Amino acid sequence: MNYEAVIGLEVHVQIKTRSKMFTRAATGYGEPANTLTDPVVLALPGTLPVMNKEAIDQIIKAGLLLGCEIAPVCKWDRKNYFYPDSPKNYQISQYDQPICRGGAVEIELPGPARNVMGEHQTIALTRIHLEEDVGKLNHGEGVSLVDFNRAGTPLMEIVSEPVIRTADEAFAYLTALKTVMMYGAISDCDMEKGQLRCDANISIRPEGSSGLGTKVELKNLNSFSFVRDGIAHEIRRQVAVAQSGGTIVQETRDYDGQTGESRSLRSKEMAHDYRYFPDPDLMPVEVGEEWKARLRSACPELPFDRQRRLQRDYGVPYTITSVLVPDRELGDFFEEAARLCGKAQAAGNWIANDLLRELGASKAALADSKVRPAHVAALVRLVDSGAILSNAAKEVFAEMFRTGEAPEAVVARTGLGAQSDPGELERWCREAIAANPKSAADFKAGKESAINAFKGPVMRAAKGKADPKRVDETLRRLLAG
Amino acid sequence: MTRPWTEAVPADTRQLSIGELSARMEAGSLSAVELMQELVARTKAVEGRVRAFNSFDEADALAQARASDERRAGARRLGRGAVRPLEGIPVGIKDVISVAGQPLTASSRMLENFVSPYDATVTERLKDAGAVCWGRLNLDEFAMGSSTENSAFGATSNPWDLERVPGGSSGGSAAAVAAGEAVAALGSDTGGSIRQPAALCSVVGLKPTYGRVSRYGLIAFASSLDQIGPFARSVRDAAVLLGAIAGHDPRDSTSVRLEVPDYARGVDELAKSGRKWRLGIPKEYFGEGLDPEVGAAVEEAIGEYRRMGCEVREVSLPHTKYAIATYYIIATAECSSNLARFDGVRYGHRSREATDALDIYFKSRAEGFGQEVKRRIILGTYVLSSGYYDAYYLRAQKVRTLIRGDFLQAYREVDAIVTPTSPTPAFRKGEKAADPLAMYLNDIYTIGVNLAGLPGMSVPCGFTKAGLPVGLQIIGQPFKETELLAIGAAYEERTQWHGRVPPL
Repeated sequence: MNYEAVIGLEVHVQIKTRSKMFTRAATGYGEPANTLTDPVVLALPGTLPVMNKEAIDQIIKAGLLLGCEIAPVCKWDRKNYFYPDSPKNYQISQYDQPICRGGAVEIELPGPARNVMGEHQTIALTRIHLEEDVGKLNHGEGVSLVDFNRAGTPLMEIVSEPVIRTADEAFAYLTALKTVMMYGAISDCDMEKGQLRCDANISIRPEGSSGLGTKVELKNLNSFSFVRDGIAHEIRRQVAVAQSGGTIVQETRDYDGQTGESRSLRSKEMAHDYRYFPDPDLMPVEVGEEWKARLRSACPELPFDRQRRLQRDYGVPYTITSVLVPDRELGDFFEEAARLCGKAQAAGNWIANDLLRELGASKAALADSKVRPAHVAALVRLVDSGAILSNAAKEVFAEMFRTGEAPEAVVARTGLGAQSDPGELERWCREAIAANPKSAADFKAGKESAINAFKGPVMRAAKGKADPKRVDETLRRLLAG
Repeated sequence: MTRPWTEAVPADTRQLSIGELSARMEAGSLSAVELMQELVARTKAVEGRVRAFNSFDEADALAQARASDERRAGARRLGRGAVRPLEGIPVGIKDVISVAGQPLTASSRMLENFVSPYDATVTERLKDAGAVCWGRLNLDEFAMGSSTENSAFGATSNPWDLERVPGGSSGGSAAAVAAGEAVAALGSDTGGSIRQPAALCSVVGLKPTYGRVSRYGLIAFASSLDQIGPFARSVRDAAVLLGAIAGHDPRDSTSVRLEVPDYARGVDELAKSGRKWRLGIPKEYFGEGLDPEVGAAVEEAIGEYRRMGCEVREVSLPHTKYAIATYYIIATAECSSNLARFDGVRYGHRSREATDALDIYFKSRAEGFGQEVKRRIILGTYVLSSGYYDAYYLRAQKVRTLIRGDFLQAYREVDAIVTPTSPTPAFRKGEKAADPLAMYLNDIYTIGVNLAGLPGMSVPCGFTKAGLPVGLQIIGQPFKETELLAIGAAYEERTQWHGRVPPL
């Protein structure tokens, strides 16, 4: 029997805010343990939570970007369970009225080749709700230490419908989700810093059936690749169990990306009763149309929409847009350069190839680049006018990246400009023809390729700075004369 | 410039109001230090019998008083009077409200050695008003109880009869004011914890409207019911204290954005206006279980209002009979969650026997919490459990809405509602300790007010033949504390009960 998998993902995304979800303590990563705390974070007796409006703004923005329905009221519930990383031993969360319902994430599956666009699909969302993050346990020998720096950081839980079928789809979903979050400046989604975490609910069923099998929750998937590998592994495991006549038990499993193995953490019987109830310390907040409208106007174009627009309006190929679009700043950089020079494809090539290569080689971020869109636009114009040749232009770019000079200044300083004195070019051409009468005769007799015999000497004479097109034109004119 | 206080002031300031004490300090015949010294001496003299305090920091209190005297002297040099409403007035604070650098125990083993690093909002406001924060007053553990017998550190005695309880949970606050150990005090009221001990100790106790006073820094028992309020020697003193602590607090989102009126002036203006109040007497509050002597004293007080020209009419609060059940579902549900933070991980009691994380929880909480606290956590955990939530918690919230509706309906025809505060006078220590249900019934007249979120006040209205105080409860309309205080002040003006001090 053939089986298909049914996968739902629960993705936790830390929202980028200056202060924590319910108090003014700062958020951050990599600070000395327990320094990003205050009486509220530590749940000292008598402290109370107060909602951070910035976090609500961000989650509503996320909901609007993903086409969710935004609840008219933002309401809070307590999720009660004891764990040493949870200072209050309850987590403030949203239970029956998540702030965002429905919505979807557009994904792109891997194409048949790297430079060919893959199939697009839509993964429906169940809900997105807001909650607070917990602290971190560090286990040492004989002791466990708690660091509450992370505790109270605003956290979105994005729950997909169980409509994902393959590990590749899951990977594509995470990639697309991350891109949207970064476009909205909602989160940096850095998994290494715990800004994005993913749990997967996986079950299998006979292909073609519509029922749902027993689900297994896979945890600790701490990179996109581990999510893909872990899901693939779990599907194989479940299929093997089913095919050998066994039963899949409802449980939570821990996937170890290093070894590629998983092990059972706890079974269904150990599941918590979270005793949810509305948090009496927090008043429900009305989310009015005006509020939503303000955030809607702050929503950027979605990445895939932008990619389609760039391909349609600028004629930029997929190979370039697939590089430029996933990074919003890079896309903005490109659009600015394209606007300034009016040559989108050329600008796109410079950015996708040369700029990214230089940034990669110097391990710099785009924001730190001395090359700005105006530099790229000026360079495109110089090449286009024939003032510099494409080979020399590459050197001009590298120099420009190093110094931040305008390309014209680099050319003036380095002499990388094209040989542009028509008199001199004509003289070199005449000399070349005169030095090789045989080829001249061959060309005149109709042997087209004979013209190439003159080009080498001309280029040598021009020290490589002659425009091949103009060399060709001049030679033809002289040979015809 | 130190003078023995006995030469400078009358031997006893116990019957003086905040206004009178302020006038003496302003006139220079009394200093804040002298007043504080007198209270320290008084406290040391009676504390062995009353045990109102869990702890007090004499040096700190005297330092605060000295600072107050300096502020007053500074203002005088500039030709001004003291502008702070509580300048130099020692106010006791229930040991469930945070004061930076002072113990915060909630009368629990769980927090026996805990010192709070921050000020509650009310504490900050008292300090801003010039008050001297004086001592940590005893309570039923985590404010759960009606007798202050549930304190892990020993029961407080009623200053009027040391064999009896002062009421609770703010028994220490009531007893300290009654015994003259503090000029006024702060308590908290979740189901009657200010009003009932005020009644049993013959002092004024006010629970403001829910949301009127910030709860930031109050150890939460039941978040949707808790409210901080003052204990005082007179209604006017309570008005001054309320004015100092009330108002919106950005750190408590349940505190309401409403301007704080000048309560003391409002009370005076209403007194001058000669307004005739319309008072409602809920028939459900005068039935079975009401002690006849208490009933008689309350009837006499109602008669006093009639003689003032007030209109008194019977009203009905038909859902009263569900109040106790409703309360013990909502309050315990909230407390089961609120008290989860006391786990021995970050602070508070950690069992020496514990060997792993679960063990820390089980053993620390088993050792740290008393019987009544455990009973309520278990009950609250049960009512929130999967499958029971709708039947208990959700239903209780609906009944709560009906109970509030009863009051709001009554307020269409009356300005305030007048009832006994407690069905009985102070009972003997141990009398109800073994019977939680009998103890819970003690709050039968006060609980509805918390469920409805209304302001309520207890004012002294007489004594039983055995010399035990009786309190009159006046229940006001939401955020109309000025009217509530004015109604209380009108009664107080025509009677002498509030001036009496116990024979300690």
